[in-house]
Amino acid sequence: MKVSFSLNRKAVEVEVEEKATLLWTLRDKFQLTGTKYSCGIAQCGSCTVHIEGNPVRSCMMPMRAIAGKDIVTIEGLSEGDTKHALQDAWVEEQVPQCGYCQSGQIMQAAALLKKNPNPTREEIVDYMDGVLCRCGAYMRIISAIQRVATKG
Amino acid sequence: MKTTTTISRRKFLNRVGGVTFVISAGALAPTLITAAFDKSLNGTKTISAWVHIGEDNQVTILNPAAEMGQGSMTALAVIIAEELDVDWANVTIQDSPIEPDVYGLQWGGRLGGPMITVGSRTVRGYYLALRLAGAQARKVLMQHVATKWGVPITELNSDSGVVIHEKSGQKVTYGTIVATLKLPEKLPEVTEVDLKNPKEFRLIGKKVSRFDIPTKSDGTAQYAIDVQVPGMLYAVISRSPVNGAKPTLLNEQQILTMKGIYRVIPLNHGIGIVGESFELCQEARKSLKIDWSPGAKATNYQSVEAYDSYQNKANSHEKGEVITEEGNVNDALASAARTFESNYKNDFVYHAQMEPLNAVVTVAEDGKSAEAWVGSQAHDGARKSVADVLGIPFSDVTYHSCYLGGGFGRRSMSDYVEEATHLSNAVKRPVKLVWSREDDMQYGAFRPISLQRMRAGVDAEGNITAWSHQIVGTGDGLMSSGAKSPYYTIPNQYIDLHNMDAGVRTKHWRSVGHGPNKYAIEAFIDEVTMAVNKDPYQMRRHLLRNNPRELAVVDKVAEMCQWGSPLPEGRARGMAFAERSGALVAGVAEISVDRDKGKIKVHRFWCAMDAGVVVQPDNAIAQLEGGVIFGISSVMHESITFKDGAVEQSNFHNYHIARMSDAPESIECHIIPSQEAPAGVGEASTPVVGGAIANAFLALTGKALCHMPFTSEKVKEVLEEYGKSENGQR
Ligand code: FES
Ligand code: FES
Repeated sequence: MKVSFSLNRKAVEVEVEEKATLLWTLRDKFQLTGTKYSCGIAQCGSCTVHIEGNPVRSCMMPMRAIAGKDIVTIEGLSEGDTKHALQDAWVEEQVPQCGYCQSGQIMQAAALLKKNPNPTREEIVDYMDGVLCRCGAYMRIISAIQRVATKG
Repeated sequence: MKTTTTISRRKFLNRVGGVTFVISAGALAPTLITAAFDKSLNGTKTISAWVHIGEDNQVTILNPAAEMGQGSMTALAVIIAEELDVDWANVTIQDSPIEPDVYGLQWGGRLGGPMITVGSRTVRGYYLALRLAGAQARKVLMQHVATKWGVPITELNSDSGVVIHEKSGQKVTYGTIVATLKLPEKLPEVTEVDLKNPKEFRLIGKKVSRFDIPTKSDGTAQYAIDVQVPGMLYAVISRSPVNGAKPTLLNEQQILTMKGIYRVIPLNHGIGIVGESFELCQEARKSLKIDWSPGAKATNYQSVEAYDSYQNKANSHEKGEVITEEGNVNDALASAARTFESNYKNDFVYHAQMEPLNAVVTVAEDGKSAEAWVGSQAHDGARKSVADVLGIPFSDVTYHSCYLGGGFGRRSMSDYVEEATHLSNAVKRPVKLVWSREDDMQYGAFRPISLQRMRAGVDAEGNITAWSHQIVGTGDGLMSSGAKSPYYTIPNQYIDLHNMDAGVRTKHWRSVGHGPNKYAIEAFIDEVTMAVNKDPYQMRRHLLRNNPRELAVVDKVAEMCQWGSPLPEGRARGMAFAERSGALVAGVAEISVDRDKGKIKVHRFWCAMDAGVVVQPDNAIAQLEGGVIFGISSVMHESITFKDGAVEQSNFHNYHIARMSDAPESIECHIIPSQEAPAGVGEASTPVVGGAIANAFLALTGKALCHMPFTSEKVKEVLEEYGKSENGQR
């Protein structure tokens, strides 16, 4: 089946299997490998992308449902040449350890700050709780989000 | 120790662009090294096996260890850059070739040995050797300048990538030097006198940003799972649900007719499916009909019931494999003023690295060479396993090391690399084997389950005089790490190990046996301490009276958390101490308990650590923080159970790991300044977490938590349980 949608602000069309998911389509057909597979059942958040500005687990998202949608991945998060403020904060706070979960963390955090530019710690924890980090980088993830939040 | 001029003498193979260069110290060698690296190192010039410098002053330093989030790729380069004396802003890090003779490390710290990243050994192991390697590369440059200017080398100095002759006021940058540099036939000898005075360090012990972090913040860092090779197929394997069972596939033809499926490949322990995509392979897999051979040893293993057999073994008073025997424990217990006995238990736990196991392997048409892309804690072992499966020389495997999306011990095995090699060999095409999360969990290799029988005797003053610790479980030698506490002065000690093999797979897991053992030891100390009406901090001070370094760590954490100061209503603190890989860590947890829900909340955590010289303090703190959360995860949530030999959990919905809401509100860490040799920090804080939480719980409720993980069911059960007997026996 053919699916047309917007990917990182570009119109694209792709031929996929009936049961194809957004995650593996992004990775295999578009070489956008920043979006990661980890659990495959929407339990870890490693595969988080934005669909119409909302954070969604791409591993359970059928391509069928993507037609006409606006998709943004970690590769398209920053517009232009500069990095997204969160990506700078991630470096400032030295957040990632193994790094595998971090695309998902940043995409989830970016969606949070769009909705709520100045969240409390509790609101951060609440919103970020579905994105797992086995290395336990949570303290620094919170600090990095707060760093961007307080800047406004 | 001398650095090995033998580096340059020893022959090693390096393959770049498909051409093999034999590199040795002969006159020809440096040219060859240079030629070999010219392409991959952006035109920089080889100074030694570790250092390449370009005419533009750009420095490339080679990293011999796996980078799995512990940050050692940066730390090792920092060590070399410090002694080489270059501007960090000009440094690029690149993975070294997987050549153990040159880049490997012996356990004693000499170069040439396994390239295995385990046991927090990397920074502490390479520290001296790489300081010497940095100094050696600097000396190559200095010698060249000395000859050129006709001045004694002793009159030359360096300053951040510039060689200076103060007498004449001449200066030259490293980049300018390499433009005319001819590598000497033999690299100069360097010894410890050539090293900097640590007081002059500009990089070691300072905050240096990790090299890998920018690419781990924008999705471009490459893990093996991200590798795509032209003509590549995907593969999955349906592995034996019970370890040791052998498959017979009943419907190969049916599977082969399924969409996108290329081949079905029987293996010893499972059935491999090779196809166009991971999703199509996974889809086809659902239709596999496999007969598993009966009779595997693990078939009758029930891990929940196994505790009864461990308990019986502990009751039998048989002697196990002796770990420590000092004084006479039985006499000391018999003559003690009071005695105590407790059992502590811990379930199997799973590594749960976020990147499931995977590897990309391409076996050549003739089966005589291969190429592999792998994230491994044992890159040399992984490369060798490709060679061994194919029966070809190590040098005929072109190997690309990738970032690891977590290791924690699991990636020191090469089982997944062997599998990918078998599958690619069968189809003679590039194959990316991906373990689904379910595969990764159900065919895991776990931290052992154990029951720990603790006994202690105290004298009339309440000081511990007898200590007996018996470890009974399934996991062999893995269970013994951390059983000893040589820093505690107790005159009569007995520690032994009883392994009851069950045919299931076990493996090192961040800090290995230290997790369960330090939990049992520290929790039992507090049980005794409470019974004799002492303070846990003072009890530890007394036990550590002959070990000032350890004592200072415990004192520091007590100061940090203001031990003994009043706490908010419903809260309590608990303390624990541990040594792991030479690092000394004291931890304090401050908790509250929701008694209705049985839920423990860790509000704050403090860590003090003495790990000798710490090369990257900020990264060490990140490791302490992560290690605490990793500890909280295992202590509060994690449990793998076996029923009839099969793992009952399958994914993160029924195997819980810590999420952000489990993180304490603060984790405060302090690194004690030290000039001692560096210790390993990657696992240092994990072992104190179980004890610290259990001890806070004991302080808060008067009840001991004796079985990890401390799930809400167990907490409620403990809170409801009454009638603990007078002398502490349960
Ligand atoms: S891979 Fe999608 S949520 Fe885990
Ligand atoms: S950084 Fe390793 S899983 Fe988050």
